[in-house]
Amino acid sequence: MSGPVLYGLLGAALVALGLFGLVVQAAVLRKILAFNLLGGGVFLLFGVVARRTAPAGLAADPVPQAMVITGIVVAFAATALAVAMALRMYQITAAVTVSPPPDAQAGDA
Amino acid sequence: MTATTPAGWLLVVALVLPVAGMLLAFVLGGRAAERLALLLLGLGVGVGVAVSAAVLRMGAPIVYLPGGWAPPLGLALVADGVAAAMLLTTALVLFAVALFGRAAHATPPDQAETRAALAYWCFLLALAGSLAAAFLGGDLFNLFVALEMLTFAALSLACLEGKPSQFRSELRYLLFALIGSVLYLLGTALLYGGYGTLDFRLLAGRTRADLPTLLAAALMTAGLAAKMALFPLHLWLPPAHAGAPPAASALLSGLVVKAAFVLLLRVWIWVLPPLPAMAAAPLLAALGAAAILVGSLVALRQARLKLLVAYSTVAQIGYLFLMLPLVLSGAAETASHAWLGGLLQAGSHAFAKAAMFLAAGLIATALGHDRVTALGGAGQAVPRAVFAFGLAGLSLMGIPPSGGFTAKWLLLTSALGDGQWWWAAVILGGGLLTGGYVYRVLAGTIAAPPGDAPRPRPLPHGPQNVALGLALISVALGLLPLASFGLVQIGRPGALGALP
Repeated sequence: MSGPVLYGLLGAALVALGLFGLVVQAAVLRKILAFNLLGGGVFLLFGVVARRTAPAGLAADPVPQAMVITGIVVAFAATALAVAMALRMYQITAAVTVSPPPDAQAGDA
Repeated sequence: MTATTPAGWLLVVALVLPVAGMLLAFVLGGRAAERLALLLLGLGVGVGVAVSAAVLRMGAPIVYLPGGWAPPLGLALVADGVAAAMLLTTALVLFAVALFGRAAHATPPDQAETRAALAYWCFLLALAGSLAAAFLGGDLFNLFVALEMLTFAALSLACLEGKPSQFRSELRYLLFALIGSVLYLLGTALLYGGYGTLDFRLLAGRTRADLPTLLAAALMTAGLAAKMALFPLHLWLPPAHAGAPPAASALLSGLVVKAAFVLLLRVWIWVLPPLPAMAAAPLLAALGAAAILVGSLVALRQARLKLLVAYSTVAQIGYLFLMLPLVLSGAAETASHAWLGGLLQAGSHAFAKAAMFLAAGLIATALGHDRVTALGGAGQAVPRAVFAFGLAGLSLMGIPPSGGFTAKWLLLTSALGDGQWWWAAVILGGGLLTGGYVYRVLAGTIAAPPGDAPRPRPLPHGPQNVALGLALISVALGLLPLASFGLVQIGRPGALGALP
């Protein structure tokens, strides 16, 4: 099995695992971890794309690699924001999930 | 096509002004941040007018290539008709919301600066910058970054009060938005692998109907639909939009979802090859139709005013999806009418919904609660806000003369003209249901207050006038002759030179 195919399959597996985790896990922290797994899979696929579209004489196409760097920065910022919010939510309400409480309709104004 | 056009520098100004302003405001602090934000958002309206005028004068998209690098290597900034029109809409709504926010976040000379006020003005500018990036970006990956910045800025505005319920609903919004953007990103990876570029104008007409392209389009559509809260992915929207402070709700419902809508148009009208797009568009439109009916019915049953307005957003977003099958499969004239109808719906909904959320916030402040069954007395306490709510409601229902009427009428006639009468039935039914929930609110507000209720608190006219102004713009859009909307057709693939 060639390198790009192996990494492509690995990326697909990470995407599947991450999506599964995001949908199935209830706790916010686990959802955030699942999102990072999913993001990691997508970045791996960008790497595969870079290898496959490599111009002659280069090991890899630099454009997708630049995108991955930007993508990692964005995902890092998103994770930091989500963790900060989850932490604050836990401090205020002691809740670790985002499912609405049973009395959501009669909640605060 | 691959060179900077005259007036291209305007696009740089549109991006740099809010971003530089945000950084400067953060450094200078609360009082200066307020003045700077008001000044720059006011200038933003001028820039929006200038960009629209330049696009109209040229009759073609204006382009700026940063550093002179042409796509596929460079990242172009492009303002075509859609981008210019949305930029102007955004600038007007943002400036109005900034004026509205002065009531809550102004720092008078004798008061200490607060963190919430500084955050409000900084994130308002951040929102302006990321919206401009989302409309003007020519590269699908750049648009991803813009969409993420937009989520972060909008979320921070929505959590400004730091209430427990806000954290829960906004965190849920963030998780949905993150799933949406990561799916979109996966789509861009596949597209880049297939074509070696992500510039949507280079991709237009070059894409093949092969498996990677269709998979990429499906992933991007699913991601954007999650961000736009298309039925059945709409459950995050009502608590997130209703729980935010009024100014943030107005921006989230009026503008933030529209950025994802513009991206959806980029993918469907520019990038996707026409045949598969034509085949799949009715599915999206059917989900949009379901959103109209379900959203309106649930809005009718809401007990809280702000949740009612938020469910109305779910319904009104549905109309945007109805344009896709009409634009893609219709004859040239039908397509141009449906295109104008859809974009006019996006614009008039932005003004009307912003007005409605601001008015709902004022009504709730005056009464001290926002229970729909006990709105009596609001008509005397905040008459202009109630009037604004009613005018915005007219536009959402589609009653002439209003921007919403013209939009829905154009969609209706193109649906009938193209033989797709079932969409017309949905548009009419949605209008009736909208009338139902707007009437419920208006009838309540003009009733006498219940005897045992505390007297509603009259509020100053300033913020009410802002809501009224937005509602009036939404109505005034319907008074303009159709030919004056030629702007939005500029740069659309398949558009004829002729105007309707």
